[in-house]
Amino acid sequence: MNSRTREKIDSLLKLIFKGAGFLTITLLAGIFFLLFSNSILFFLDVSPLDFFTGSQWDPDTHFSIIPLLVSTFWVAIGSMLLAVPLGVLTAAYLSEMAPRSLQTVLKPIIEMLAAIPSVAIGFLGIVLVGPGLAQLFGIQNGLNALNGSVLLAVMALPTIVSISEDAINAVPKSHREASFALGANKWETLFKVTIPAAFPGLIAAVMLGLGRALGETMTVLMATGNSAAIPRGFLDSVRTITATIAIEMGEVPYQTTHYFALFAIAGLLFLITMVINLTGEFFANRLRKFDA
Amino acid sequence: MERKHFVNSFFWFILGGSTLIVVSFLGIILWDIFSKGFSSLSWAFISSFPRDGMTQGGILPAIIGTVLLTLITTLFSVPFGVACAIYLNEYAKPTLLTNIIRASIRNLAGVPSIIYGLFGLALFVQALDFGTSVLSAGLTLGLLSLPYIITTTEEALKRIPNSLREAALALGVTQFETIKDVVLPKALPGILTGVILTLSRAAGETAPILFTGVAFFINGISASPYQEFMALPYHLYMLSTQHNEIEQVRPLAYGTATVLILVVFSLNSMAFYLRFKNRTQD
Amino acid sequence: MEEIKLRAENLNLYFGKKQILKNVSIAFPKNQVTALIGPSGCGKSTLLRSFNRMHDLSPDAKIEGKLFLENLDLYDKKNSVTDIRKRIGMVFQKPNPLPKSIFENLSYALNIHNYPKHSIPNLIEAALKESFLWDEVKDELKKPAVKLSGGQQQRLCIARTVVLRPEVILMDEPCSALDPLSTKKIEELIEKLKENFTIVIVTHNMQQAQRISNKVAFMYLGEIIEFDTCDTIFKNPKNELTQRYIGGHFG
Repeated sequence: MNSRTREKIDSLLKLIFKGAGFLTITLLAGIFFLLFSNSILFFLDVSPLDFFTGSQWDPDTHFSIIPLLVSTFWVAIGSMLLAVPLGVLTAAYLSEMAPRSLQTVLKPIIEMLAAIPSVAIGFLGIVLVGPGLAQLFGIQNGLNALNGSVLLAVMALPTIVSISEDAINAVPKSHREASFALGANKWETLFKVTIPAAFPGLIAAVMLGLGRALGETMTVLMATGNSAAIPRGFLDSVRTITATIAIEMGEVPYQTTHYFALFAIAGLLFLITMVINLTGEFFANRLRKFDA
Repeated sequence: MERKHFVNSFFWFILGGSTLIVVSFLGIILWDIFSKGFSSLSWAFISSFPRDGMTQGGILPAIIGTVLLTLITTLFSVPFGVACAIYLNEYAKPTLLTNIIRASIRNLAGVPSIIYGLFGLALFVQALDFGTSVLSAGLTLGLLSLPYIITTTEEALKRIPNSLREAALALGVTQFETIKDVVLPKALPGILTGVILTLSRAAGETAPILFTGVAFFINGISASPYQEFMALPYHLYMLSTQHNEIEQVRPLAYGTATVLILVVFSLNSMAFYLRFKNRTQD
Repeated sequence: MEEIKLRAENLNLYFGKKQILKNVSIAFPKNQVTALIGPSGCGKSTLLRSFNRMHDLSPDAKIEGKLFLENLDLYDKKNSVTDIRKRIGMVFQKPNPLPKSIFENLSYALNIHNYPKHSIPNLIEAALKESFLWDEVKDELKKPAVKLSGGQQQRLCIARTVVLRPEVILMDEPCSALDPLSTKKIEELIEKLKENFTIVIVTHNMQQAQRISNKVAFMYLGEIIEFDTCDTIFKNPKNELTQRYIGGHFG
């Protein structure tokens, strides 16, 4: 091949690579378009007012997202209440206390936790956490919001630990030394200086963990009992948006109101997770700037 | 002094205790599943079809289905993902367009997997008329994997020093030849690590395949990509929630969970090993 | 009158809004060694790299003015950049052997440029001999190039350039990462290479410039302050800035 031909091939391949880059925009736009075009078809049948203010999800008559939305946040926020303190304290232990050799053992173990398929975690919700909760609270079965929260907490922990740890590590050493110089001890320094200084990063950790918990399907589908009513407590059975789609999409007739309704709730979930992930990313970027 | 000692132990207890709890989660999960699952494992279990309304027999079709599925996922997502990463790291200039591509990728990584399922249903099953099939499901998982492949590949490419690219370019080698002959071979272990991790994730996914082709049961294996298929994670879901005699099939469910976790963990260990070897070589 | 091989006319180069080269005009004579000296940040490497179009990939680099290899306009869109880079080779500051064997480091570009297969081993042997490396590596051509010492790697990088028989070799501080002994070897090598090649070398080491170059250009803040024979620049500089730099008063 002469150099002309080689350079032509080069520019052709550059175009192909660029095309692959465009694919990602197309894909996101495609998902966006799919969800919103179907949502519009849904809102031609059902008024947005009923959708956002009603209190019942019953695919024959009532399409209100409220019980599903409350369920979704109920479980996810419950999981954060469990996972955030545990995750941040673990991150603090790993970055401030653990000797290097222990760190190199613990970090891969926590990473392994993220590798376990969600369906296996859901399975444990049925065979282990559920019966456990039933016994503990003296209820008939343990498939409820609390079960889902526990499982989602386990799943969100690796994300929360790893980002929190980055955040704590990014706090400049000089902050700590200044605190020690003022006579503060190790703990005062950790809780009054290091963790507050790492706060933006910790928010990022919580947001990205929350984003994952809100979008998770299989664990909540298997472990929360799936009754589509507004929960009154953590021991009530709930049905999240994701679980609703998973249960009903398989049976629903093509292009009916019910079919469109499932796209509408997916659209809302898409928006919610996007906002939460963007918020998390905003704080994570501040963390990076802090770093530099 | 007394008080200081107490405070010290107290906080040590809280921080160390939290870590212990987190680590013990993994222990509990593995112990429960393996201790009850290993007894179900046998050659027959992994080499035969389910029998007697799935209360007996093995999980062969689910294993084959998962292998086939991840194969299609790989064939689709790796070329596209690597190409996109090459574009971003080797060609793209910091323009608005590049920023939009990067923002899209970050967003795609955060899209709930069930929404990929809906998208796959609309695009592959319905619009492209591939039907509910291993092809549709594999492509759906391919889309889901795309952002991870892109991100990990780009990280691997970033680790290649620019001086190597300049070395080749200065010899009158074109940019594509440089990428093909110098950059990619050097970045290969890093890319492979990312690909394996992504695949182990895809192999364990359930939500995106629910409406795109996975089946409760199939009674034969064929090589056609337009066939419905069984998959390990879905088989576990089905055995633990949808079966009529849940208590009776529990050992089978534990066995399936054990196999699934072993598959995922061996892929992960492979990736860890590659990464370790790669890092120590540098 | 000496024959001019490579030249720049009214070259202005910007990175973004920052102007790095200001109205640079310079001509490099054939089969001689020209050294570019000056304090760091003066634009000497930037100037060097514009001759084989290494700035093409920097997204914010902007070039005005003309560069020529004899009569070939280097930035004319009609001309092939790979041909230009083949005719104007480059050796970098840090040795950068390709992650391949010693042999493949040299054969790679030969294959790319369609040299006949059977001629390749001979060309490689000649280039390695020309680069004073043959005796050290002739028995282990299959060894990964990164296993060589720093000085050997740099000589391999020179051999890799030489094997393509370019007309010009650009060298960007080729000895700055090397020990004195390896530096001496490379300087001897440069002395011999100028019989066949036109060499432009950037160096921050004034003794080196004095030892190896025929002509020297002193650059400061993106401009050529003084360009003359080596003797004139070091013994009898006309410009006060040059005097001060040579005298070690800044840099």
